Amino acid sequence: MGFDFDVIQRSWVYLFREGMTFTLTLTALAMAGGIVFGTLLAMMRLSSMKPVSILAGAYVNLMRSIPLVLVIFWFFFLVPYIGAWILREPNPIKVGAFWSAAITFTLFEAAYYCEIMRAGIQSIPRGQVWSGYALGLDYWQTMARIVLPQAFRNMLPVLLTQTIILFQDTSLVYVISATDFLGAAAKVANRDYRLVEMYSFVAVVYFVVSYGLSALVRRLQERIAIIR
Amino acid sequence: MNYNWHWQVLLETEPGGTGSYLLYLIVGLGWTLATALAAWVIALALGALIGTLRTTPLKWVVRAGNLYVEIFRNIPLIVQMFLWFFVLPELMPKGIGDWMKQMPPPWGSYVPAVLCLGIFTSVRVAEQVRAGINSLPRGQRMAGIATGLTETQAYRYVILPQAFRIILPPLTSEFMNIIKNSSVALTIGLLELTGRARSMQEFSFKVFEAFTAATVIYLLTNLIVVLAMRALEKKVRVPGLIAAGNAPQAGH
Repeated sequence: MGFDFDVIQRSWVYLFREGMTFTLTLTALAMAGGIVFGTLLAMMRLSSMKPVSILAGAYVNLMRSIPLVLVIFWFFFLVPYIGAWILREPNPIKVGAFWSAAITFTLFEAAYYCEIMRAGIQSIPRGQVWSGYALGLDYWQTMARIVLPQAFRNMLPVLLTQTIILFQDTSLVYVISATDFLGAAAKVANRDYRLVEMYSFVAVVYFVVSYGLSALVRRLQERIAIIR
Repeated sequence: MNYNWHWQVLLETEPGGTGSYLLYLIVGLGWTLATALAAWVIALALGALIGTLRTTPLKWVVRAGNLYVEIFRNIPLIVQMFLWFFVLPELMPKGIGDWMKQMPPPWGSYVPAVLCLGIFTSVRVAEQVRAGINSLPRGQRMAGIATGLTETQAYRYVILPQAFRIILPPLTSEFMNIIKNSSVALTIGLLELTGRARSMQEFSFKVFEAFTAATVIYLLTNLIVVLAMRALEKKVRVPGLIAAGNAPQAGH
């Protein structure tokens, strides 16, 4: 049985230009959207208004209880209907795999970022909030100027680790046939019947990127660990 | 929203003729649990072993353990599934490779899925076990040695019994993760709960009924696991310790 690693040489430009671009754009969008929405969710969960905190808690627990693959399927079919409802169209609108995935991962990861930010906010001494109020700041100012910057800084390593996991999880868009890095490799693999070579290559690339990023996070952690 | 709900579809017969769609999904839950439980056994055994070895003073053993953890932590689960399912049989000697490829369904996807999930999760268990052991005061090990126990006995009678009870809460969330992660096995053809919801949607065109039913089944399963583990945690709690809080952690 012969292996033909030339297939990688023939296709790597396509893999990175199409596939890796998709993967990285999706990761970046979902990270930015997920952290913003997740922080809002965390503030809602910690709110003293009961209905608000129950609503946010229910959302987070729902998202964390069902498999990501199922969530991807849900939104793949749901987003066209929601789009039609928002735009007042009679029929479901067409949404490409990329935007469907971007919405899915933003909403899904928000639940995980929420729990991290919640722990971050809870780690801030209460006196910080009181002194904010004592200075005449309102809730939003206290949050934006005093609590969140500290919470964010404390949680930065965990937020980044979550983002590395997000980067790996985006490969699950394979189930809606999107052309992410894995999807692009799978297309070449099946066309040329070179599954061993392509999937091994994909594994190596994911390993190198994730390992490199987590090494960076570890160094960052060492640098900011001694603040307190 | 313009969608015609048709919940009765759950009671209609699925195309395979084995019974209603609802039964079809519940059998899917059976496969989900069968995959998750078998993989959990592997994950616990390997994770406990590797996590413990990484706390020993044996330099090379620690390095090998670190290598194992880094490899299986930094490759996405779906890619690992493909490695077990598509790549491994080709790298084996021809006889074994052919035997792996010719396993009858569903075992042909079940076995690789269990091995893949088990090893993927063992890394996370190993990290928890190591953290649990390192969270014990050093005096525990020293006291063990001082009373005349060997290093192995100190692990067996002093360190591990405490460490395992401390890490029970994070292990609970790993167990819930393994149930959820087993859905990735649908990509190598295992018809577990999510896979069956997906094929129900393809057969019946009832997208949201199928996914809602699957979601509800997952939620109920989670609820049962949480309640059972809470009871277990209460039972094996180390007396005198404040209940171990969950440190914030990244996950999926």
